Amino acid sequence: MQEVIIAKAKELLENSTVNRVLGWKAGEFVYDVTPAVFETVEELENGFVANDFCGNNLSKYLIKESRKPGKVLVFLKPCDTYSFNQLIKEHRIVRENVYAVGIPCDGKTDGEALKAKGIKGILGISSDGDNFVVETLYGNETVAKKDVLPERCINCKSKKHVAYDELIGEEGEVLDSHRFDMVAKLEAMTPDERFEFWRGELSRCIRCNACRNVCPACSCEKCVFDNDASGIAQKAAADSFEENMFHIIRAFHVAGRCTDCGECSRVCPQNIPLHLLNRKFIKDIDTFYGDYQAGADTESRAPLTNYTTGDVEPSIVYEREGN
Amino acid sequence: MNAETLIPKIGVVTDIRIDTPDIKTFRVVGLDGKKVFEHIPGQCAMLSIPGVGEAMFSITSSPTLEEYMEFSIKKCGCLTSWLHAMDVGQQITIRGPYGNGFPVDTDFKGKDLLFVAGGVGLAPLHSVINYCRAKRADYGRIRIVYGSRSKDDLLDYQEILNEWMADPGIEVNLTIDREQEGWDGHVGFVPNFVKELNPDTGMTVVLCGPPVMIKFTLQGLKELGFQETQVYTTMELRMKCGVGKCGRCNIGSKYVCKDGPVFRFDQLDELPNEY
Amino acid sequence: MLKLSLAKLDDLFAAVAAERVLYLPVDDASSGQAKYQRWTEGAKLSRALNTVRSAKDFFFPQTENLVGFKMKGKEIEIIDPRTEHDDFVIFGVRACDARSFTILDKVFLADPVDSYYQSRREHGIVVTMACTRPEETCFCTSFGIDPTHPEGDVSCWMDEENLYLSVNTEKGQAFADLAKDLLEECGEEAVTAQQEAVSALMKKLPLAKFSTKSYGGDVLMKVFDSPKWADLSESCLGCGTCTFVCPTCQCYDIRDFDTGNGITRFRCWDSCMYSDFTRMASGNPRLTQLERFRQRFMHKLVYFPANNNGEYGCVGCGRCLSKCPISMNIVKVAKTLEGDTK
Repeated sequence: MQEVIIAKAKELLENSTVNRVLGWKAGEFVYDVTPAVFETVEELENGFVANDFCGNNLSKYLIKESRKPGKVLVFLKPCDTYSFNQLIKEHRIVRENVYAVGIPCDGKTDGEALKAKGIKGILGISSDGDNFVVETLYGNETVAKKDVLPERCINCKSKKHVAYDELIGEEGEVLDSHRFDMVAKLEAMTPDERFEFWRGELSRCIRCNACRNVCPACSCEKCVFDNDASGIAQKAAADSFEENMFHIIRAFHVAGRCTDCGECSRVCPQNIPLHLLNRKFIKDIDTFYGDYQAGADTESRAPLTNYTTGDVEPSIVYEREGN
Repeated sequence: MNAETLIPKIGVVTDIRIDTPDIKTFRVVGLDGKKVFEHIPGQCAMLSIPGVGEAMFSITSSPTLEEYMEFSIKKCGCLTSWLHAMDVGQQITIRGPYGNGFPVDTDFKGKDLLFVAGGVGLAPLHSVINYCRAKRADYGRIRIVYGSRSKDDLLDYQEILNEWMADPGIEVNLTIDREQEGWDGHVGFVPNFVKELNPDTGMTVVLCGPPVMIKFTLQGLKELGFQETQVYTTMELRMKCGVGKCGRCNIGSKYVCKDGPVFRFDQLDELPNEY
Repeated sequence: MLKLSLAKLDDLFAAVAAERVLYLPVDDASSGQAKYQRWTEGAKLSRALNTVRSAKDFFFPQTENLVGFKMKGKEIEIIDPRTEHDDFVIFGVRACDARSFTILDKVFLADPVDSYYQSRREHGIVVTMACTRPEETCFCTSFGIDPTHPEGDVSCWMDEENLYLSVNTEKGQAFADLAKDLLEECGEEAVTAQQEAVSALMKKLPLAKFSTKSYGGDVLMKVFDSPKWADLSESCLGCGTCTFVCPTCQCYDIRDFDTGNGITRFRCWDSCMYSDFTRMASGNPRLTQLERFRQRFMHKLVYFPANNNGEYGCVGCGRCLSKCPISMNIVKVAKTLEGDTK
């Protein structure tokens, strides 16, 4: 697939459809790819990669890239296209300056996932059908790709690209995923159990802000948490209140706009399942306002910013209390 | 427990002088009525109102003043607004002194000194000027070129008129940016005024003001034949600790709080232009 | 050299913990990663190569109260919150983190001494653990660190059967004394054999030849002015992950917190990657992520060695390699800019 994608990038660059290519650049090891902009065919040949480790959602970079002169080519996985659409809807991406090529995806993993399986000292990784064959300092290891997929890929919501100028490979479908199962499990807990669960998870937060900075829905020019006068601008979570509130407030801010791309959980150095907070909102919105997928299109009005006479009454909050 | 520089002392504000529409000068002593600490001209102190903020300010009074310290502070942010709103008798916190200060007892000694300041940039020079006046015999000629937006924005105007201009050993040249009623002095920007005055290129220069004024004045001085090794300035960057540890006020490998704030331009030339 | 059968490892911890607060790396079930935790009955020493958060936390915690104030009308009362720390033990520190303490010392113990740090440092007993299974992200040897012989008050080695201890300092002796009934004298053969095997492994690591030797104060402007910073920093998210997992990053912010019963002034970790790090009322000298990104690496590769006899602000622990959301790190930066140091 990488060859096809590079060929496409070269073609579009050479025929001047685009001026730059936003993609992934090879690193020191196979798994440590970095989002990068390529301006020449030579640069593409020297470092462009599109492999099982290219998990970074490139959509957010388009906020900046689409404001530069010329046109930028971007490769989008199905889930990335939802973020792309949502950012277009929010007038953050200049659509006409982007040439979007949809690429297929069977799930993306990372070095951390391999290491979590006990595979250490990685010297090389090759793909062998459904398996990775990993050469390590301590011998070769074979691991099934499906066993090292992150949660967001195991519970993939869609293999369908909702926005593109061109598609590589066959179009997939919206999947019937189990992504709300864990939310349902949390909902079934008693408030005390649920509080314990979240305290346990959020107590690990180091306030590195990676979740916020990577989030395509967090595209404010200036974040409320960067406001000294907010009283919550500390870089360290000074107390448990702050650890909790940072993430909960952030979840509120992106409610109805979060496409569930899962970047927040991918980047968290402390492996906090942050996506669950957002999914709770998505599940609630689905329940109260009918099924809604942020980023599925660029025109529809979002339930939380659209008043209809059929909207649920605030009393729903009281009815649900204690559940 | 050892002494800890991050734990401040109490300062009592005993006098507040309105200098310009946005600059006030605060006189500060310790709880015992004496100076909180000794300093050398050009050094700074961290002043704070707990709960509001803490920031670095030049000590504008000369160390030769034995009873108190003074700080001329322009209202431009949260803390400075609070300071401007306070009354005499208010306690603040103070720690220091920080920074290297001007080489008044070494490089400046015996030299002809040219002070060039713009706006509130006179504040850090005020301390050196009065120090040199107090130890007049240690220095050669003293010349001051000072400009501001308007007559009302001239810092220490009364002191300049009544003391500096009255001092036969000092030549003072003032300028304001635009014509103004009641002003019959020079009108124009500081960089041009310095060139017009054509000072003796043997003088040691101390330059402080807004970045653009510094840039063009330095350019003008060079055109007149001054070398960068003759020109000193004092820098300002965001600071938190004051002792070269918190890591934010560096220009290249130099910390402004510790290695500065006073630099010679030839020293700055060897550092990244990140200030 | 002393030894202890691994079967008695928990007895060792219990004996130490009876007298001193003891911290050690344990596996955290919900994150699936290792972290330092205070030892309590039943806690098991993690076999992971390292913790996500470095051991710097023990001497330079993420937040720390510096001073308190009570405000009464125009008056202010200053409250010094410092108390003498009790002795504590950090067990299982790796060689890279152990070296990071000497780097932090150069900042916090330089005049004027940071008394908060100093107090913790004086009371902390560092028991280090030699590495046996290095990973591809390791490059401590680039900084002259020997992972088979970590520095510390006590150095330890572990094989399938035994824990071996070598006491290096008086503080280390105090640690050994706490468990003297459990420890027995032994020869050095087992440790030497392990050291040789691991040293051979270190040479096979992909970053074994990585070097920062061409960096330092004398190439300051050359490196600073490199046009390559733009590409290197272009996808940086401006988060603080690298800074916060780094054992040598020590920049901090000082802030005031209104407790409702006075003001607490505390410091917390800060990151030069953050947009407000150098922002002043009058402007910001590092306006874009390029300048902020450059600052972090210039500090480690150029500014720090310029001020500290050539010592780099990095210990090669590899945390930033594992944790950066965009996989940009000091190795890629140093390799990319190598040509600009000439």
